[in-house]
Amino acid sequence: MDIKDYKNVYVFAEQRGGMIQSVAYELLGKARDLADALGEKVVAMLLGHNVKDQAQSLIEMGADEVLVADCPELKDYLTEQYSQVVYQMITAGCPSIVLYGATTIGRDLAPRIASRLKTGLTADCTKLEIGIVEETGEKQFRSTRPAFGGNLMATILCPNTRPQMSTVRPGVMQKRVREAGRKGTITMFAPKFDTSKFKVKVIETKMNCKCADDIADAKILVSGGRGVHDKEGFNKLQALADVLGGMVSSSRAMVDAGIMDHCFQVGQTGKTVRPNLYMACGISGAIQHLAGMEESDFIIAINKDKYAPIFSAADLGIVGDLHKIVPMLTERLKKDVEK
Amino acid sequence: MNIIVCIKQVPDTTEIKIDPVKNTLIREGVPSIMNPDDKGGLELALQMKDKYGANVTVITMGPPQADLILREAFAMGVDRAILLSDRKFAGADTLATSYALAGAIKTLDYDLIIAGRQAIDGDTAQVGPEMAEHLGLPQVSYVIDAERKENGNFIVKKENEDSVQTLEVEGKCVLTVLASAFEARYMTVAGIVDAYNKEVEVWGADKLDVDENKLGLKGSPTKVWQSFPKQLKAPGEVFEVSEEEAVEIIVKKLKEKHLI
Ligand SMILES: Cc1cc2nc3c(=O)[nH]c(=O)nc-3n(C[C@H](O)[C@H](O)[C@H](O)COP(=O)(O)OP(=O)(O)OC[C@H]3O[C@@H](n4cnc5c(N)ncnc54)[C@H](O)[C@@H]3O)c2cc1C
Ligand SMILES: Cc1cc2nc3c(=O)[nH]c(=O)nc-3n(C[C@H](O)[C@H](O)[C@H](O)COP(=O)(O)OP(=O)(O)OC[C@H]3O[C@@H](n4cnc5c(N)ncnc54)[C@H](O)[C@@H]3O)c2cc1C
Repeated sequence: MDIKDYKNVYVFAEQRGGMIQSVAYELLGKARDLADALGEKVVAMLLGHNVKDQAQSLIEMGADEVLVADCPELKDYLTEQYSQVVYQMITAGCPSIVLYGATTIGRDLAPRIASRLKTGLTADCTKLEIGIVEETGEKQFRSTRPAFGGNLMATILCPNTRPQMSTVRPGVMQKRVREAGRKGTITMFAPKFDTSKFKVKVIETKMNCKCADDIADAKILVSGGRGVHDKEGFNKLQALADVLGGMVSSSRAMVDAGIMDHCFQVGQTGKTVRPNLYMACGISGAIQHLAGMEESDFIIAINKDKYAPIFSAADLGIVGDLHKIVPMLTERLKKDVEK
Repeated sequence: MNIIVCIKQVPDTTEIKIDPVKNTLIREGVPSIMNPDDKGGLELALQMKDKYGANVTVITMGPPQADLILREAFAMGVDRAILLSDRKFAGADTLATSYALAGAIKTLDYDLIIAGRQAIDGDTAQVGPEMAEHLGLPQVSYVIDAERKENGNFIVKKENEDSVQTLEVEGKCVLTVLASAFEARYMTVAGIVDAYNKEVEVWGADKLDVDENKLGLKGSPTKVWQSFPKQLKAPGEVFEVSEEEAVEIIVKKLKEKHLI
């Protein structure tokens, strides 16, 4: 088959415990842009058990078609079960582009599929676009990603094989506004399993996240690092977050110290966030931390070291002691509210 | 039991800085190290060797200098080290890298293959799962613990965003390991001396079970089209004032930006 015959942008619509993950909607938002630029369709792949009722939600968030594989074998994510189904969907539909979330599931599944299809996969992208090749005027899919610990950005192409596949970090792309009642096609897909390859089974799943809300959804984050010192320090940040109507997040240093839970960690090995306001308190601004927050709309840094690298990422920097400034700011804002 | 561990030599990317004037990566003086997740994987293999008795083989694909991390692995206690080094491997993306590693592993006896989750230079975390597929083996990624049962199955713990899962894998498999879960042992003095008396086997493409057209640049579907150091954004204003003034400056900005 000629590579020109591969059409449409597929999105792996990740669900966990029957809940479609935010990253699936973010990918649909981006897939919509790409498909519009190419004049192609957006197709979501929804795998799970008792999930088909959620297909309409994917259409309202940008999909033109949803392929649904709904069966008990797909209840929990398992590499081989999911790989077989996604592989069958892709070989049946011949998409030009396939996107996955760069989550523990997406990063387990996508390389497996790439290797089965013998095609290229670009990891952890932060930018996806359709460019125009200067010499030929042809449209070209370009994926940009950080490498070398975030120090280098690289734009990757997959010129000669199809589909072109990429994983994208959660929190990086923007969801579209939900279009209630948007029309699309829902197609039930009946997978053919080769059960002789099922070699892994789940014995136990222990949920370890203590947070009800996701920092990636917060509009305002008051974030603390080693300069916050301890739990008591974080109580000061929480008080400020409360008056601002935001949440508290953390650098890795405080997660490693056991003071904050991993689900609150911002950065390369934590979450990517882009709130309207990010207040970095007692965070030095290591490149792995910046990787998770530098796209925030407005960044305020409070740090007692005027040479801290966080100041070069901040829109407003305050050199000073957070243990004094944060409580004073909280009191000041409370007064404003009372007025 | 035979265990194979894939290890990669990487620049210590935490030491890389950007030259703010020339806007290029400063690589001089950046040390080459064994990739941290791979060292974690090696530790897991050596713990299994201590517990069950095992032969541990390390494999790396890279230039002749990568010999250094293989010597380090000898000093930590591995039994055999193989360096895949050949012009034909050059320019490989993750598909071609995983294909070459799988082609070497196919010629060996093994019960378990361990890789790191992610290399800190390429940063893709794709080589482990792609290699497992080339070998037709099951995989578990993000591994924080593993044991072997009497019947040859493995009980493996993996860490997800919001959960820890315990899985049972039937027979041979590929595990990709997180450094944070394994405190790697130090090289022993005797081990270091010994390491330089041991033989590192150097294999070219002809020793592997592969189609040479699928190696290196030729076998790589992805191409790096452009690369550039990360752009630093123009810094904002920084104030070094009294706490009272600082609070007023913040409040004023928050109002200006309609954040309160
Ligand atoms: C592979 C890899 C992945 C990583 N992933 C992440 C990640 O996802 N997220 C992450 O955050 N890090 C990550 N890191 C770690 C990162 O390199 C830094 O070590 C970490 O971000 C430092 O946290 P910190 O800024 O809280 O602590 P520090 O670097 O110790 O900074 C503390 C800051 O607080 C300031 N301070 C102290 N007291 C006060 C006070 N009273 N008032 C005001 N300021 C004060 C100090 O001046 C200092 O700047 C990663 C590292 C590696 C190698
Ligand atoms: C800037 C830049 C961007 C790139 N982006 C991509 C991309 O998006 N997609 C792509 O396919 N390729 C990409 N590549 C190519 C890729 O970096 C190389 O193929 C590299 O050899 C393997 O990828 P990695 O470093 O990401 O390894 P990872 O997949 O992160 O490594 C995982 C594990 O595999 C094992 N392993 C990896 N390499 C070796 C080796 N040489 N020897 C022994 N064991 C090994 C180790 O156990 C390691 O911990 C990029 C290269 C550059 C320079």
